Amino acid sequence: MCVEATIPIRHDSDVLSARKAARALATRLRFSSTDLALIATAISEIARNILVYAKSGEMTFEAVEDHARRGIVVIAKDNGPGIADIAQAMQDGYTSGQGLGLGLPGARRLMDEFSIESKAGHGTTIVMKKWTR
Amino acid sequence: MGVPILKQGEYLVVAIQDELTDTGWHDLRTDLVARAGKYRSRGVLIDVSAMEVMDSFATRMLDGIARMLRFRGAETVVAGMQPEVAFAMAQLGLRLPNTGTALDMDDGFIELQRRTRPVTHVR
Repeated sequence: MCVEATIPIRHDSDVLSARKAARALATRLRFSSTDLALIATAISEIARNILVYAKSGEMTFEAVEDHARRGIVVIAKDNGPGIADIAQAMQDGYTSGQGLGLGLPGARRLMDEFSIESKAGHGTTIVMKKWTR
Repeated sequence: MGVPILKQGEYLVVAIQDELTDTGWHDLRTDLVARAGKYRSRGVLIDVSAMEVMDSFATRMLDGIARMLRFRGAETVVAGMQPEVAFAMAQLGLRLPNTGTALDMDDGFIELQRRTRPVTHVR
């Protein structure tokens, strides 16, 4: 597995940079145009969550291969306040901020695999995968 | 660099580029609401065909702009959404309850006309 790109997420323009970097990698992996949009949208939601809740963090995009399947792995890390109740944060429409509460559950629906690790006071790490069909 | 807003009769026309930052969105909102009042616009047509991603932030901004414009007497129609974007938005559970939608700009003008009945000024 090789690291393709790491984008620091500190300003709103970094959301666009993250989308662009992921789109470039996903295009190389020959994802369909629909999948490109789904991946870019999921990344946008997670990058915004970092800005809103943790203020800063980073996103890494990697290419993976597994039994002749190709895919993209997105790792989002921050050292923010963390999520005290992950089950609650994963519910549609729940928000502790100003948003629509669709970011985390929405990103999970857009990707094939989604895992989240977080502890209050210790930041959050989200790993998402999408496979080419 | 702001988003160009074109005046076409009693309507305003805006084409949103894909790389609009959050600040860009806020500026566009301020400009549109001011301009719609200045020109007494009845409707605003927003071309989103260049957008490759409409996340929850962009959707909330668009719908919020439409709500503000309606408070000022103007209707908003969003035109030209790419099929991939529509797919992702629906999966994400996003909605645009305060805007009309149209397949392209031509249909967008027709939808705006349908939504904005002519006003007779009485003096």
